[in-house]
Amino acid sequence: MSLLNSTQYADENRLSSGRRLLQQFHIDLPLLLGLLALAAVGLFVLYSAGDKDMDLVARQGIRLGIAFVVMLAVAQISPDSIEHWSPWLFGLGLIMLVAVLAVGEVGKGAQRWLDLGLFRFQPSEIMKIAVPMMIAWYLAEAALPPVRLRLLIATIILIVPTLLVAKQPDLGTALLIASSGVFVLLLAGMHWRIIFGVLIALAAAAPVVWHYLLHDYQRQRVLTFLSPETDPLGAGYHIIQSTIAIGSGGSYGKGWLNGTQSHLDFLPERSTDFVFAVFSEEFGFLGTLLLLALYVFVIGRGLYIAAQAQDTYSRLLAGTITLTFFVYVFVNIGMVSGLLPVVGVPLPLVSYGGTSIVTLLAGFGILMSIQTHRKLIAS
Amino acid sequence: MARINGLALKDHIRESLIFNRRLLIALFVAALLLALLLGRLMYLQILHQEHYVTLSENNRVNILPIPPTRGLIYDRNGIVLAQNLPSFSLRLVPEHVPDLQQTLTELQQLVAISEEDLERFHKDRKQKRRFEGIPLRFRLDDEEVARISVNQYRLPGVEIHAELARHYPLGQLASHAVGYVGRINERELQELDASNYAATSHIGKVGVERAYEDLLHGRVGYQQVETNAQGRILRVLERTLPTPGKNLFLNLDVQVQRVAEQALSEHNGALVAIDPRNGAVLALVSTPTYDPNLFVNGLDSKTFKALRDSPDRPLFNRALRGQYPPGSTIKPFLGLAGLELGELRQSTSLNCPGWYMQEGDPRRYRDWKKYGHGKTDLTKAIVESCDVYFYDLAATLGIDRMHDFLSHFGLGQRTGIDIRGELGGILPSRDWKRRTFRTVWYPGETLIAGIGQGFMLTTPLQLASITATLSMYGRRTQPNMVYAIQEADEMTEQVIEPKAREPVPVGNIDHWKTVLQAMHDVVNSPRGTAHRISYQLPYTIAGKTGTAQVFGIKEDEEYKEEDISKKLRDHALFVAFAPVEDPRIAVAIIVENGGHGGSTAAPIVRQVMDQYLLKAENQ
Repeated sequence: MSLLNSTQYADENRLSSGRRLLQQFHIDLPLLLGLLALAAVGLFVLYSAGDKDMDLVARQGIRLGIAFVVMLAVAQISPDSIEHWSPWLFGLGLIMLVAVLAVGEVGKGAQRWLDLGLFRFQPSEIMKIAVPMMIAWYLAEAALPPVRLRLLIATIILIVPTLLVAKQPDLGTALLIASSGVFVLLLAGMHWRIIFGVLIALAAAAPVVWHYLLHDYQRQRVLTFLSPETDPLGAGYHIIQSTIAIGSGGSYGKGWLNGTQSHLDFLPERSTDFVFAVFSEEFGFLGTLLLLALYVFVIGRGLYIAAQAQDTYSRLLAGTITLTFFVYVFVNIGMVSGLLPVVGVPLPLVSYGGTSIVTLLAGFGILMSIQTHRKLIAS
Repeated sequence: MARINGLALKDHIRESLIFNRRLLIALFVAALLLALLLGRLMYLQILHQEHYVTLSENNRVNILPIPPTRGLIYDRNGIVLAQNLPSFSLRLVPEHVPDLQQTLTELQQLVAISEEDLERFHKDRKQKRRFEGIPLRFRLDDEEVARISVNQYRLPGVEIHAELARHYPLGQLASHAVGYVGRINERELQELDASNYAATSHIGKVGVERAYEDLLHGRVGYQQVETNAQGRILRVLERTLPTPGKNLFLNLDVQVQRVAEQALSEHNGALVAIDPRNGAVLALVSTPTYDPNLFVNGLDSKTFKALRDSPDRPLFNRALRGQYPPGSTIKPFLGLAGLELGELRQSTSLNCPGWYMQEGDPRRYRDWKKYGHGKTDLTKAIVESCDVYFYDLAATLGIDRMHDFLSHFGLGQRTGIDIRGELGGILPSRDWKRRTFRTVWYPGETLIAGIGQGFMLTTPLQLASITATLSMYGRRTQPNMVYAIQEADEMTEQVIEPKAREPVPVGNIDHWKTVLQAMHDVVNSPRGTAHRISYQLPYTIAGKTGTAQVFGIKEDEEYKEEDISKKLRDHALFVAFAPVEDPRIAVAIIVENGGHGGSTAAPIVRQVMDQYLLKAENQ
């Protein structure tokens, strides 16, 4: 034991004072730098997308600042505490979701917001993180891989909030919540037979979902995605204009602030969901490669943290948060470039937006907490 | 305990293994998806960049045509006949109007908008591109412009559009010559050069405006503009200025035209005055006339119907399209034919008893003078307009020789004047009758052709043209409206050379002199049918009166003017030129239902000649 201790001290002595500070505040430097770089790119693009509206950039800056503070705050909480509070957070989120459906304020035609007096709040955002926390907590209680009963209950934990969010209706967030839950199950080692069985069942259920569960506008979005040309001035307009923006950017782009598609109002939702089109138009393929590289770096670091995590709960949660982050990026870029139907998913850290940034960075706070609270075991 | 611990440890490793395997699979799938994204981006940005650049340019850059300014039309003295004035129209951009019905209702409270305006507006709406202003009302006056401007803040999508509109400052004066422009209709749209007319709303419909459309219109200009998604112009990238249309100087003399129109204003009729030396059309009158300004922006159907259906037919250009029997005005030409073809000499005379009969024809061909002219030679026959003399001459010549001789002057053909719509009249012959009616020619028809009746029809323009030719001893020039063309920004004009036509062959110049002398006597001899216009005449006029029958009277019936309703009265004709020694003006006039050429038609010609020879040329 003494040997072990001395090694630890020796290690710590070798740390610079800066790294000691990082360790003390539970900050994972690569992750922080990657996220900061993405946020900086986001502010730059936003300045262009918002037609040089400094107020817009400032507001987003403040939001980002708050989100980073939240991230660092979450990083201070030990994974054990996070695990401990998981069911409580999930319960709270569930209650708020029901409240939204009951008294939720109507914003943009869908009931998503809860007015808490001081600020307006989107409870579905909490669920993005509370659902994987809850399922990870529940699965980590027993040995992996989970038995069937446990899988069934985990599925119910997953489906209830998903349906509540879908009913708001907010299909994009519902899909993200569902996928984050599914990631936990997949990472937990759910048997392949079940996975494929579910996939086949889903394919079979698709027509039912199409006819009875989807809203008209949701159906329209899918149809429009399949052939945007049929409605070039209506719903297809978004996709057509954003592919034009991306394509016309070419290899090197039209230059910062010079995107004609974005600056002449052809591109809809250009500071929020379609901000990637602005970026691609102005910075070209080279720029998008660099942006994707930043995302890959952050995702890689997240997966590394997951692989290094020391307990099942941490592993599952870290892996899920990272993969969900990847899904955000993939779905957003896929949607803007016309690969996927239009679902309201922002480009993480770059799109202008409220609570989603806070939840997102809270998730990375958990990753930092997992990475920096590791008990140092000699190996 | 150790066993449990061992199991726990083993489980821990196993769980870690499961997790890491799954993480690897996830990583693999994520990498695949990322590759898919990159592929898509490469497809858009590298492989199809050009396509999307084009699309984005099309989005951004609009090419807007700029209309050229239409050329002006002046008379020979530089008096403006057609010009362009700023005009304000009310336009709506439906894409910017939140509630069209309500906006229309509100506009109706501000300015007068007729049912026709609305109808045209809704029709135009279907044809226009997005974000294009659609005219609702034209020619807003200052007060209406002010009323809309004051309220414009609450009327989004409503704009006042300033444009240049064609205006004819002299109103109905010379409208049959100058013509007018009107909105381009669908048929014209298919025929004209679409790109050159991309910004043009009006096109010449009749008269000089139509005939010289190509010169007057000019060349369209373009500006490349950057627009935003709402179609609003943000800036002009490039501009190609339009080439304005060329200005035209007409041969027309507004003063002469005015005198003629005023003198004819009481009647339906036509007058054409030509300078015999070069075919210049000095006046081209058809009465009644109309105000061409009415047509510029479309007139309401009530006014149009009134114009179209009026029994006086104001829209009918009698000078070019009115076909009348030439009556006795043809006599000098036939007399010349007799001389030139060797069937007559000046002194050849006959006794005129007041009627004429030919062998094998029981019918009596009456002279206008019931008891005849007595002994008559050619000069007397022309001066007093003896019908019997020309019945006899016609019988001698035969219809085909008359036809051949008169066609040298251009009868039976269009004169080729440089405005459209002209008719060619009829110069009958045996062949013509066989072709047209499939019947043979009767000798009696030759006789009445000898006094310009029957099948023979001429337009006032033709009469003026052949009179000019006669006065110039056979030299023919195509009548022409336009004297010179002027580039819009240059001071010099390019004069159009008058087009010479094949002259009438002259056998013996003395024959011509004989006929011209006789025409001189028509005016100047006390027995002449147009003697009354010679009063205090400071120059010389040669002419010939004529009367064209509107309806036939029976053989023994007497034509009494006062018994017959005005519609059925004879048309009065007069052809003349002056001065006789050096002709500078040749005129033909027809006064519908005017009675006698000498009393109704000739005095108007005297006024016109006085104006041209005494006043206009001395200015």
